[in-house]
Amino acid sequence: MSKQMMLEVTEVEPLTPLVTRFRFEHPEKAPLPIFSGGAHVVVEMPDGEMLRRNAYSLISDPNDASGYEIAVRREETGRGGSRYMHSEVTPGTRMRISVPTNLFALDPRARKHVLIAGGIGITPFLSHLRQLDLLQQPFELHYAARSRDEAAGLKLLPKSARIHVQISDEGNRMDLGEILTGQPIGTHVYVCGPEGLISAVLDVAARHGWPKGALHSEAFASPPPGKPFTVTLAKSGRTIEVSASQSLLEALEAAKVEIDWSCRGGACGRCETKVAACDGQIEHNDHWLSRDERAEQKKIMPCMSRFTGAALVLDL
Amino acid sequence: MPNTSFSPSIESRPTYAGLVPQGSAPSIMIADAEGAEAIMDLAERDAAVLDQAHLIYIPKGAKFGSKLAELGAKGYHEEASLDAAMTLINRLLGSAHMGTQLYLAGSEGMMGRVSALALSLGLPLDAIQMEHRGSIGRPMQCVHCKGVTQDVTTDPFTCSHCGLTLFVRDHFSRRLGVFQAVCVDAETPGVVPEIQEITA
Repeated sequence: MSKQMMLEVTEVEPLTPLVTRFRFEHPEKAPLPIFSGGAHVVVEMPDGEMLRRNAYSLISDPNDASGYEIAVRREETGRGGSRYMHSEVTPGTRMRISVPTNLFALDPRARKHVLIAGGIGITPFLSHLRQLDLLQQPFELHYAARSRDEAAGLKLLPKSARIHVQISDEGNRMDLGEILTGQPIGTHVYVCGPEGLISAVLDVAARHGWPKGALHSEAFASPPPGKPFTVTLAKSGRTIEVSASQSLLEALEAAKVEIDWSCRGGACGRCETKVAACDGQIEHNDHWLSRDERAEQKKIMPCMSRFTGAALVLDL
Repeated sequence: MPNTSFSPSIESRPTYAGLVPQGSAPSIMIADAEGAEAIMDLAERDAAVLDQAHLIYIPKGAKFGSKLAELGAKGYHEEASLDAAMTLINRLLGSAHMGTQLYLAGSEGMMGRVSALALSLGLPLDAIQMEHRGSIGRPMQCVHCKGVTQDVTTDPFTCSHCGLTLFVRDHFSRRLGVFQAVCVDAETPGVVPEIQEITA
C-alpha cells in the first residue's frame, strides 16, 4: 500500500453528462509530489460501512505540484465507487489519496509515440500529452468514443493536427490497420480503454509484425461485481464472505486482513496471494498471472478476481 | 554448423535464440562470413521470408556469396567490410517501418554493432532476431581508452588502441554492442596470466 495524503477537493466540473473532473489540493497549499505521464492515484471513499479504494489516472500536468486532477465516468452498473464520487464529493470534501504510481509510462527509448484511447481511456493520455509537449517528442493521438457524452477528453484536449477524434455515433470509426501501418522505426504504441479495443490493437499489431516490446496497454479495470462467495484463510481458519459488489481484496480489508496492494486493477502484481486449496473455478480478471498460472489455480489476485465453486482456501 | 550455444554466464552475456521465419514481411537481413548458412537455413524453412527482404552480406573471406545471391532476395548487396556496409544499413534501418523484420546472423561483432544501432533507433530488443555462426571472436572495448578491438580470440589480449593487456569479460554493453575488457595487470604491472584461446 502506497503512502497516502489527506487532500481537499477544490474543483468539481462536469465535463459531459457522464464524466466529471475533480481537482485535489493540499489543505495548506503545500506542494504535492510531481509525477510522470500515465501515473494514477488511489482514492479512498468511505462509502457507509465499506471503504472503497479506486484507482484513477491523473489528467493534470505531471510537473504541476499545486494539485492533482482526475476525470471519473459515472458507471451505473459498477460497484458504486464512481456513483459515490459523482453524488457525495463536493468542493471542500477531504479525501485520502495515495501518492502517484505509474504502470503506464512512456518508453523513453521510443522515437515516436502512437497513443490510442477508447472512451474514458483517454485519461492517462491527458498527462502523457503534457509530458510529450515538454519533451518535444513526435506523437499522434487517436481517440475513439461512442458519443460526445462519453468523450470527456474533447474539453481537455488541445487543438492539434496530431489529435484525431472518432465518434462512432457520428459514423466515424478508428481504422487500426491504417494507424499501425507505415509507422517509422522506433514507434511505440500505447492503448488504454475497454478490453475489446486493447485486444484489437494488440491483434492488429501482431499481424503487422510489431514487436511486443513496442506495445503498451492499460486496461481500465475496476473489479467486476459478481455472485457472492466465501473464502477460508488457511492460517487462522477464518471464513470471510465476499458480497456481490465487493472485491475479494475489499472483503479481506474489511475483515482487517492486511494484504499488500498498489494498483487495485490487476496490473501491478502486488496483491498476488497463494491459494492453498481450490474446489471450483477462480474467475481470473487480472492482467498479471500468466495463462499457465491461471490454469493451475494456485495463485489469485484478490483485487480483481472472484470465485465460484465449493471451497477456496487462501494461504493467509 | 548450427547456432553456437554459449556456456552459461552472467546475465549480461548475450545469447542468440536463432532465426525464426516471420513469413513474407518487409525485412532486413544482415550476415557475415558463416552467418550466410543461417540465412540459407532460414530460407529453406520458408522461402517467403525473401519476398520483401534486403539481404546484405559481408563475406570476410567466406565463399557463400554466389549461393546467397541466388536465393532470390528482393535486394542483395555484398560489401567488403562492416564499416563499408554501415552506410547502407543505416539508410535501410533508418527508413524502415515498424513491422520490418530484422535478421542478423554471423559474428558477435556484426550483430552487436547492428543491434546497438537498431536499439538507438528505438527498436525494442525483442524485435531483433540473431543467430551466431562461425568465429567466436568477440568485439572488446577497452574500458580505459574506449577503443574497440574486433574479433578477439584470446584471453588476455592486447588492446589494439592503447596497448594495455586486457582481460576478456562477459560483461556486454547493449548500447555499444561490445564486451568490456579491463586491464589484467593494473595491480601488478607485467604479471600477466598465460594467454588462452577463448571458448564458447
